[in-house]
Amino acid sequence: MAELKQKDSHAMGLHEEQLVGRTQQIFFSAEEEEGFTYPGAFEVDFDRSTAFDAANMEIKDINLRIRQLMSEGYGDITVQNPGAKHSLGVGILNRLKLTFDGSLGYFGVGLIDGPNVRITGRVGWSCAENMMAGTVVVEKNAGSTFGAALRGGDLVCKGDVGSRTGIDQKGGTIIVGGRTGAFSGFMMQRGRMIILGDAGINLGDSMYDGTIYVAGKIAGLGVDAVEGEMTELDTRWLQSKLTLYGLESPNGVANMTKIVAGKQLWNYDNLEPTEKKLVL
Amino acid sequence: MCGIAGLIHRGETSDIGSELTSMLQALKHRGPDSTGFALYGEPTASQYVIRFKVAEQEDMRKGFRIHEEVKHRKQQVDGRMEELGVSIIAQEQVTEYAHRYHFSYGGDMKRLADYIEDIEGAEILSIGSALELIKDLGDANTVSDQYGLDGFNGTHAIGHTRMATESDVDIRSAHPYWAYPFNDVAVVHNGQLTNYWNSRRELERRGHRFMSNCDSELIAVYLADRMDRGEDLQESMHRSINELDGVFTYVVATGDKLGMAKDVMAAKPMVLYESDDFVALASEEVAIRSIFPNEIDTYDPYEGEVRVWQS
Repeated sequence: MAELKQKDSHAMGLHEEQLVGRTQQIFFSAEEEEGFTYPGAFEVDFDRSTAFDAANMEIKDINLRIRQLMSEGYGDITVQNPGAKHSLGVGILNRLKLTFDGSLGYFGVGLIDGPNVRITGRVGWSCAENMMAGTVVVEKNAGSTFGAALRGGDLVCKGDVGSRTGIDQKGGTIIVGGRTGAFSGFMMQRGRMIILGDAGINLGDSMYDGTIYVAGKIAGLGVDAVEGEMTELDTRWLQSKLTLYGLESPNGVANMTKIVAGKQLWNYDNLEPTEKKLVL
Repeated sequence: MCGIAGLIHRGETSDIGSELTSMLQALKHRGPDSTGFALYGEPTASQYVIRFKVAEQEDMRKGFRIHEEVKHRKQQVDGRMEELGVSIIAQEQVTEYAHRYHFSYGGDMKRLADYIEDIEGAEILSIGSALELIKDLGDANTVSDQYGLDGFNGTHAIGHTRMATESDVDIRSAHPYWAYPFNDVAVVHNGQLTNYWNSRRELERRGHRFMSNCDSELIAVYLADRMDRGEDLQESMHRSINELDGVFTYVVATGDKLGMAKDVMAAKPMVLYESDDFVALASEEVAIRSIFPNEIDTYDPYEGEVRVWQS
């Protein structure tokens, strides 16, 4: 069946299509060096650092200030007193070391591609939504829909996270140092999620693909989420990934529970739902 | 969308009027249509406070007779209170249509409430020994200025900024809701109840009245009904998680307690800050930051979680 699908897709010309697009992930053509940075990306120097106080600034002005500093070549920017304001650090398509000295509100550092971000406080709902590449490390807790539709990079919260973590995750890695809430990994499509504490009800509900590792207790699996077999590759990858961020699994990575898609839902059937009704 | 907030000082009083105004003003973007406060002052022995209105704000812009009419309605309220043996200790006309009385009364509070609300245009916003419920159109600063809430001293408070989605922009549909006819119980809510009509019919059969078609009012009446049947606040809140259907986060306050509950889907936000002597919670952390500008540790309560704090 897989061969037939491949032949069909080749016949349809899907593999001859010349993909275009630019990302800082090595994703398209390794020969096309200029494809790794966005047009208009700033040349920044990681040895040039600066900081500014955002306490009395509006959201738009804070984001414009970050952009202006990047245009001036600063590669290491610290935003002091972000005050849990919403939508800070969004849409940065640039290599950058960015530190928020405090907490962010909703939709922090969403739609980013490339920067390495550290948040010393907490983040609200939907942190790093649609992140393409880079790293985001949150030192305290996070709200719900952490890493929604994540496509690439590493998203780390060292504390507890709310519900629906990694909903619609399409790639990359989400690491939760503590507990996560209900419906984590809901409709997950690709990528990996590591939960070092407990997981709430309906973990991995309706996941299409991807892998979830849990060190603590799982309150309940969602529809079509099943336990998978841990392999040596899993444990080696887990160990190296956690070591990168100074984290440890409480009972060792080999004792974590691996959750994958059971692939028993209708969408894995060759028949469309309407066709299925006809033959059943 | 709506924004909800609450705070409680443990073992002390504070200017909760100003504190809650700051929190709600920070949530204005979640709901600019109306703002409401349920403030819990220090109770006076054997005395009650009633907050009531005799017209909607928009009624005051209609016709020439309304200004005489609201005076007449207020006289009717006074007459009926006197008739039932209520002793009015002090009274204050806060706006042309909103009033605040201190009174003493030894009779049936439900009878009193029903008799007052039988007057056309009259609605009791709250009755309590500690609770004072204030709500009107506009943002938090507007309502706070209008009703002179700065300097209101008390132990705890809850509030709401409303974005009208399923009912009108009027005071009747604004939160918080007083849990008629029970003293000192008020609720604010963010979410939607999907078994509203079934639950409402059941509560109406048990003799409860509804002043609006807002599902948030149902939570207040539901909790009051459960407590009337002998459950404590925490028990009734746990029961609500199972019996109320939909997505919701609500905050409830009684004379000496503040509580929050979140449904099992956890689809509506809540951020919580807790220390030994103070608890603050809100739909967004910016509200808590409006009274705590420095870095603090906050977290999201989880699905199905119920918390109650004592003042």
